[in-house]
Amino acid sequence: MSILIYAEYAEGKFKKVAFELASYAKKVAESLGTTVTAVTVNAGDVSELSKYGVDKVLKVNNDKLTGFTAKAYADVIKQAAQKENAKLVLLSSTTDSIYLSSLVAVALEAGFASNVVGLPVSTSPFQVKRNAFSNKAFNFTEISTDVKVLGLAKNSYGIFENTSSLTEENFNPTIGDNDFGVKVESVEKVSGKVSIADADIVVSAGRGMKGPENWGMIEELASVLGAATACSKPVSDLGWRPHGEHVGQTGKPVATNLYIAIGISGAIQHIAGINSSKVKVVINSDPEAPFFKVADYGIVGDAFEILPKLIEKFKAFKLQQS
Amino acid sequence: MKILVCISHVPDTTSKINFTNGDSEFDTNGVQYVINPNDEFGLTRAIWFQEQQGATVTVVNVGGPETEPTLRKALAIGANEAIRVNANPTDGFFVAKQLAEVIKTGGYDLVIAGKESLDYNGGMVPGMIAGILGYNFLNSCTGVTIEGSAVTAVREIDGGKETVSTTLPLIIGGQKGLVEEKDLRIPNMRGIMTARTKALAVVEPVEASVNTKAVKFEKPAAKSAVKLISPDNLDELIDLLHNEAKVI
Repeated sequence: MSILIYAEYAEGKFKKVAFELASYAKKVAESLGTTVTAVTVNAGDVSELSKYGVDKVLKVNNDKLTGFTAKAYADVIKQAAQKENAKLVLLSSTTDSIYLSSLVAVALEAGFASNVVGLPVSTSPFQVKRNAFSNKAFNFTEISTDVKVLGLAKNSYGIFENTSSLTEENFNPTIGDNDFGVKVESVEKVSGKVSIADADIVVSAGRGMKGPENWGMIEELASVLGAATACSKPVSDLGWRPHGEHVGQTGKPVATNLYIAIGISGAIQHIAGINSSKVKVVINSDPEAPFFKVADYGIVGDAFEILPKLIEKFKAFKLQQS
Repeated sequence: MKILVCISHVPDTTSKINFTNGDSEFDTNGVQYVINPNDEFGLTRAIWFQEQQGATVTVVNVGGPETEPTLRKALAIGANEAIRVNANPTDGFFVAKQLAEVIKTGGYDLVIAGKESLDYNGGMVPGMIAGILGYNFLNSCTGVTIEGSAVTAVREIDGGKETVSTTLPLIIGGQKGLVEEKDLRIPNMRGIMTARTKALAVVEPVEASVNTKAVKFEKPAAKSAVKLISPDNLDELIDLLHNEAKVI
């Protein structure tokens, strides 16, 4: 058996999650005494994958696959898995990979566990730990099928270098017309801003900012840190910020290295959405705000006084580091 | 147009999560159950199609009799009829297989399911239904309009959104954006009274493989107390983030 990963490639490079997935797959492959194959779609130079333990890359180059089409991409991954006789197929937790995973699982008649947060706790029977109840708990899931599909939660394993000697092979799966039932007509990306999905740091703010006119400070802090901006649910409901920035149980989940929450009291639904972030900093004028109970570092005080000073301090720090 | 909305019966988002029986089962004690929020957006959008375009809306759930109040609530919001597949929803594939059977039998044109349920967060059922039936599938959908069998929809992508075109029959994994939160329907007294007379069919499950099972649960480890930093000593925060937490 081998392990197959789907390594997402976009805008001329691999997404960071591809390297995390490769690192994870290599560790599992070592414990099972097998190798890691990656399948890529319209990728350029794939050599970087060797740094993270990928032994072989199946390169699919097909003009029909220039835009993301879930059914067609799922078909590619299925055929790659069958060609490699892969018993374990791993995908990441980007919006596209989540879209693909269940299609791949059905196509391969495989048991599927999503939101996986660690290495298998056992390989016989095969059990993995995954997030459940919107990050308020973990669930150990046993997969009983011969072929297994896992979706790895972002930032749950980490990126580890483990150099391998990589072979490349061109792969031409059969793509049928019925794979293109959904056509992409146009794509709108927010340019020049770090997206929550790609961010290592997220600066998030709530009603404590008093109004959308005060978001300049939040954006400046985010810009200094190379961070994405986000907000609490009331802020998006009030229309101060776009819905795409709403973080929480019914909004976007965030699993970053650093989450800075400013003027957010910390409702249970918001905490559920950010629980998987590694380090949480909370700035709030109310010392009783529930967010302080889950924070690593906290500052009790007026955000309007603290933020300008904090921005200057981070600027000085960045300058010193460069 | 015949629309089927898949409804998950999940703990209210404010619920405290606990486990029982040696951490092998979710503790339902004192837990209020609601329509899964992602499904609620889909249900309201379906009711919009019912009112504007004459669609019929059926809601379906895979679960025991304890889930019927959730289905009745969906009927009170405006769904025409409800179906309960009488089975324990243990595994995503098992649930998808049951729903696929309901869809085939009922000949639905549009199926809306939440992109994930807020209990097991598998995010797998809508895609699996599409995979089983071979229907068009659209995940993370935040907007949909339909004319005849032509569908235009918007879906969220990382860092933005994309507009797509497709045709019925279609399975949608929906979320907030299908309607705005302020437009969500709340059952009124007339709706509640009418819901009592609407049909709630109970069907027995079909044979399906169970590929996964939840064997144990665990709560996150308790956190150590927050380190408070004086607003007058912000250098300390930067030092801690750099040297202790190593995140900047």
